[in-house]
Amino acid sequence: MKTEITLDGKKIQAQIGKPLIDVASDHGVYIPSLCYMRGKPCLGTCRVCSVRVNGHVMASCTVPVYEGMEVEVDAPDLVDMRKALVEFLFVEGNHNCPSCEKSGRCELQAVGYETGMMVSRFPYRFPVRTRDHASKYIWLERDRCIFCQRCVEFIRDEETGQKIFSIDKRSTHSSIEIDVKLADKMTPKQVKRAADICPVGCIIDKDLGFNKPIGERKYEIKSIKERILKGKTNE
Amino acid sequence: MSNVVKNEIASHELPATPMDPAVMAKREEKIQVAMIGLCGCWGCTLSFLDMDAGLLSLLDKINISRASITDIKRIPKRCAIGFVEGGVANDENIETLEHFRENCDILISVGACAVWGGVPAMRNDVTLEACFKEAYIDSPTTVPGTKPVIPFHEDLPLITSKVYPCHEVVKMDYFLPGCPPEGEAIFKVLDDLVNGREIDLPTSINRYD
Amino acid sequence: MKEKIQNIVEQYQSDKTRLMDILWDIHNQYGYISDEAVNQLSDALNMSPPDIRETSSFYHFFHAQPAGKHQIYLSDTVIAKMSNYDEVHTALEKETGCTFGTIDESGTFGLYHTNCIGLSDQEPAMMVDKVVFTNLTTEKIEDIISALKEGKSAEEIANPNQHPHTEVSYIDAMVSTNIQNKGSVFFKKERNYRVILSKCLSSIPEEVIETVLDSNIRGRGGAGFPTGLKWRLCREAEGEEKYVICNADEGEPGTFKDRVLLTRSPKDVLLGMIVCAHAIDSSVGIIYLRAEYWYLKAYLEKQIQEFHDEGLLGKDILGRKDFHFDIRIQMGAGAYVCGDETALIESCEGKRGTPRLKPPYPIQEGYLGQPTSVNNVETFAAVSRIVEKGGAWYKAMGTEASSGTRLLSVSGDCSYPGIYEIEWGMMLNEVLRLVGAKDAKAIQISGPSGECVSALKDGEREFCYSDLSCNGSLMIFNQSRDMLGVVKHFMEFFVDESCGICIPCRAGNVDLLHKVERVIDGKACQQDLDEIVSWGTLVKSTSRCGLGATSPNPILTTLNKFPEIYKKKLVVPKGPLLPSFDMDAALTGHKNAYKILMKEEAE
Repeated sequence: MKTEITLDGKKIQAQIGKPLIDVASDHGVYIPSLCYMRGKPCLGTCRVCSVRVNGHVMASCTVPVYEGMEVEVDAPDLVDMRKALVEFLFVEGNHNCPSCEKSGRCELQAVGYETGMMVSRFPYRFPVRTRDHASKYIWLERDRCIFCQRCVEFIRDEETGQKIFSIDKRSTHSSIEIDVKLADKMTPKQVKRAADICPVGCIIDKDLGFNKPIGERKYEIKSIKERILKGKTNE
Repeated sequence: MSNVVKNEIASHELPATPMDPAVMAKREEKIQVAMIGLCGCWGCTLSFLDMDAGLLSLLDKINISRASITDIKRIPKRCAIGFVEGGVANDENIETLEHFRENCDILISVGACAVWGGVPAMRNDVTLEACFKEAYIDSPTTVPGTKPVIPFHEDLPLITSKVYPCHEVVKMDYFLPGCPPEGEAIFKVLDDLVNGREIDLPTSINRYD
Repeated sequence: MKEKIQNIVEQYQSDKTRLMDILWDIHNQYGYISDEAVNQLSDALNMSPPDIRETSSFYHFFHAQPAGKHQIYLSDTVIAKMSNYDEVHTALEKETGCTFGTIDESGTFGLYHTNCIGLSDQEPAMMVDKVVFTNLTTEKIEDIISALKEGKSAEEIANPNQHPHTEVSYIDAMVSTNIQNKGSVFFKKERNYRVILSKCLSSIPEEVIETVLDSNIRGRGGAGFPTGLKWRLCREAEGEEKYVICNADEGEPGTFKDRVLLTRSPKDVLLGMIVCAHAIDSSVGIIYLRAEYWYLKAYLEKQIQEFHDEGLLGKDILGRKDFHFDIRIQMGAGAYVCGDETALIESCEGKRGTPRLKPPYPIQEGYLGQPTSVNNVETFAAVSRIVEKGGAWYKAMGTEASSGTRLLSVSGDCSYPGIYEIEWGMMLNEVLRLVGAKDAKAIQISGPSGECVSALKDGEREFCYSDLSCNGSLMIFNQSRDMLGVVKHFMEFFVDESCGICIPCRAGNVDLLHKVERVIDGKACQQDLDEIVSWGTLVKSTSRCGLGATSPNPILTTLNKFPEIYKKKLVVPKGPLLPSFDMDAALTGHKNAYKILMKEEAE
């Protein structure tokens, strides 16, 4: 069933119950996100898709459309809020784009560009997190993890359904973990999938380093905004 | 630093042939622009030169009073715009940055190193001790059988405990990321400033690598 | 070990939603949860080992390494720090021979800090192996540790007269109840629960809900959602089973009212749960009890058993063939965020205490995906009186919009810390007079997540949902207290307790804490205060759950009420260097590294 909602002052028709972030992109309004994947269950971890719904700031991936919704996306304070959240993610880990294999196909970087981030307003932390390269196919570069939980929820052992990736500890001590035994059972296709859905350069396919020259990389050919608006997903 | 009190002359203080007064007068009227490098690779400075012909279009309005070409250590006079490449990795960098902050109206961090520390900041996750050990004791170029030397002398800058982004040391007004930023991006920033526009870097040329 | 763990798992029918209980059983047996144990569990529960660690590592009281035969947790609260916390801290390290965060060489003692253990009226306090010691002094620590060294158990020391664990005398041996002011609703003696319940059961569920709605009672956890409405929605929601959960995860620093209710009036709470079960048509109830209250567990189980024996719980309650209801106790394991109802449900299901996304709300999809009503201990106790005396009776108390009474847990600088039942609508000044707070400067209402108010400016404000909607915690600070130190402590608390799933809370609280430290260190300028406000607003508005939505409050509310404590610490930059830039820290490293390496070379 459809209903009328207001999106940045414009009246639009939207399906009741559909995630607001999808409705917005269907109407040409790009809302950046780093955890949400269209068609998959909402994770609501990165908060980068924050908008204002009837006066309250909410992550638009978590909000199903309902009647009479008034949604603001492009208000200056919201634009700055989303940018600030991306800035948090950049300083919390070590996002050294010049030396990262994922550069050019990294969603965090691409979303940084879309939100207009030039620097982080928050202090850079330079955390020390140990890398894990024990598994045969995957290199886990922990200091790039943004805890989106895509890998935790969407990559499971195909035989048992067990978690291959998981989060250890809590708060600032959180870290991404990998079950080496299960990871070594992963098919090349699944490894590629895990590396692809990782929005940063944390899950790295050991067979794939700097695979494309600068200028020809994923988001240089087509920006993340264009991909989401035209192709519905960022792939 | 100690060489300030020593009997030394900065390069811009050296005797030089006087300029044509008419040219000098014209220069005085222009917007003074300077660029300096701290702890970086000078790649951003090269990008500055990559503005190429774009730079020519601005020369009516700006005068570059300090750049890697002139290689003077300090700005001889107040500048409107200062570009800073590189992060802060030693006490000489701190002094230079202070000097620029005091003598520039607008100060801009250019490139990954100035913006957040960049490649030199990769040492921030190890101790200074480990760095020195790697560089001066266990280095492959250490001559076998010789006593290793770790630089520590009043004439040498002290290495800071970690590499700092410029804006953690002094206030910076604008930031231009990239490693290095394209000449086109530097030009856009400069052109906006010179023409009194708010800086607006298009998404397509904002790059972090 | 394999067999033992197998037995434990079988006890819970290899049900992974009971992982919290399984982990506790292992922890209780071995003192920690080893990798070997995790591997065994992995096979038995069809979960990968890191998946099991995902749960166990989330909770403060679960250790992955040997953590000491006696695990000592000193309650690390601002209130404790206002009395002899420091001397107790020192004495503990001296007597046990280990520093905080470590175990001693023999593995006898493990010393840890922990957040508020619900004893703010008798601090300093500590937990040792599931029992507690209060009003600590150096001498008490010396006695306790030397008795432990002699081989006595902590329980024997805390309970020298050997009261059975199931009796209230056991709890009284350890903690004081300190009920200072009784009102009309709570702590009524000799109630005839059978009569009250049979009267209640003679009404159809809709009528019971109507009574609760009539009383106008709102949830006591803090959010203040109308209880009757919650029950009605839960009743109307579709589900194969419905659940009643009592939130006894009283983690807000400074509150201890639920501890006292569960000690003095446990059956009020149980009755409230049974009423709820009748109202929403549930047959399973859970009391989520924080691990800090282990010493209440056996006592509560006995209360539940007594209700069973009297036919008020179990099958065919009071002879009604269609009403079965059982209550089990789910122990928490140390996570403040589990006070959030959805995090609490996750924990009940054996998972990390990560708050869920809403919608769906627990009344739609709660425990095991079924409609669930989660209510506070105090709410249930109050409801037991509402069904006895009627909705109108309750509504007549308090104010028009905030009906009834509420319990305050009062601590800090006052003559009579303890529990106070007040009618909603009472003014702050009155409460301060009642508790004997003569020299109050600041009052922290609702704990760190609430609001810091000024005795001078806010005395006329009322306790009610539209003004001081207190969740029960009231900490009083006099003129001599270092409020910036208090703010810093509260921010450390939030940094520690953030679940870490969303970025604003996980990262923002750290940055806010650093800002406060910068102010305290005299290295902040006006810009830092402006950033505190802007970053605090960001964290509040974009965080996933109530923790992040309230965590900047300690800074923001003190900045609002006591701007002078910040302003007088500010510096005006001299020259181009930022005041926050620490030149000494930047430049001493070189010389130190040089010295160390030269010394190594010389050797």
